Amino acid sequence: MDTRYTNGRMDSAEDAASEALIRELSRHRAVRAPASVLPVVLAGAGLADAYAPTDSPIGPVFVAYNREGISFVRLAGDHDAFESSFRSRFGRPARNLERLPRDLALAIERQLAGDVRAGLRLDLRELSEFERAVLSKAREVPRGEVRTYSWLAREIGRPRAARAVGAALGNNPIPLLVPCHRVIRSDGHLNGYVFGGEAKRRALEAEGADPDELERLARSGVRFVGSDTTRIYCFPTCRNARRISERHLVPFASALEAAASGYRPCRVCRPAV
Amino acid sequence: MQGDSQREDLRQELAADLNGAFERLVLEYQDRLYRFALSYTGDPRDAEEVVQDALIRAYGALGRYEPTRVRELALRAWLYRITLNVARNRARGVRPRLVPLEGPDGDTALPEPEADSAERPDSVYEGAERRRELDALLAGLPARYREAVVLRHVEGLAYEEAAEVLGRKVGTVKSDVHRGLRLLRDAIGDRRTDEVI
Ligand SMILES: [Zn+2]
Repeated sequence: MDTRYTNGRMDSAEDAASEALIRELSRHRAVRAPASVLPVVLAGAGLADAYAPTDSPIGPVFVAYNREGISFVRLAGDHDAFESSFRSRFGRPARNLERLPRDLALAIERQLAGDVRAGLRLDLRELSEFERAVLSKAREVPRGEVRTYSWLAREIGRPRAARAVGAALGNNPIPLLVPCHRVIRSDGHLNGYVFGGEAKRRALEAEGADPDELERLARSGVRFVGSDTTRIYCFPTCRNARRISERHLVPFASALEAAASGYRPCRVCRPAV
Repeated sequence: MQGDSQREDLRQELAADLNGAFERLVLEYQDRLYRFALSYTGDPRDAEEVVQDALIRAYGALGRYEPTRVRELALRAWLYRITLNVARNRARGVRPRLVPLEGPDGDTALPEPEADSAERPDSVYEGAERRRELDALLAGLPARYREAVVLRHVEGLAYEEAAEVLGRKVGTVKSDVHRGLRLLRDAIGDRRTDEVI
């Protein structure tokens, strides 16, 4: 017998109390791990994706993730439909979780609220290099602002690929978190969104953009606006454009027109280079 | 003993095909590791994250080990030890990273939301209230006694295996368990006295 264990004599009352306590402690063995342990572990190990619903500006969405990052976002609805579209797209299963791990849920919430330092990682491995370039450029469009397909095509060095840019954005596996809703047709129409035009309007509204105003400008042929004091022109939603007062605001139908009027492109929103 | 031969099989499988066998490891050990973590942290959400982090780390380590090492691993004690390390780090304020986030460093302090244990459906176990009380008291014990008591009397490990998990001598573990039980009894006594007053 170990002396440190038996130091001091246990009297029988103490013995009995200990035994009752030990019995009670052993009943803890009936406790089971929550169902979410397995899918979170497999996702963290990179062996499967896990997904759960979470809130977004356009309503609840399913978010799937794995060790590399967020892999898939779709409007929440039928689990079977989500799981089968996940499987047919990625060739592997996604397992349902009741809710996302706390860190991830918080980072998503922060990113959706406009925190650029939320630090979310995205898993874009299944995409082509071109698609990845398109999505990563789309992520640079500031919250509440919009750019055009042709702008994005030019920015990634593929000025003739505006149509392919539209297709790549339409194939975005991670809408909202990759804000493809901030890229629109050059004529200002808001259609052509993974979740439909109405969702695109809501996503933009949630960020403080005004979809009605965007469409009104587009209908009246205004693509850019300049300031007659700085003689700089911008996309209408650029933060520099929003500082121009009514009195000094000059509308342009094209970059060519702006240039011909002696205006130079804004260095922030780069309507032309 | 059947349990032992199954563990033997599992280690063989892990050594031969880690990705194929890992899910079985999780299913086999998640309950006991969760209980251990729950007794350690006293909070279901924290315990869940501790176990998840521990098992993800275990996967990483198994992938780095030579197959011979995996085959000879004292799997159960090893998993408890990882879980214990994660729980200890967490108690020191190092948050586990369960999800792929990027940041300037590993443990950038994200604001910690309140643990909403109230919204978690409780386990199938009848004495849930009593268990929570005991969990809270356990979680309040100094770590060295808590670890020893939980491994010995909740998990039912032999003193030798508990000693291996804790990296202490068998005699030390025995005296830690003894002291821990005494502290728990005192705490329960105090709690009941408080309730009377
Ligand atoms: Zn601008």
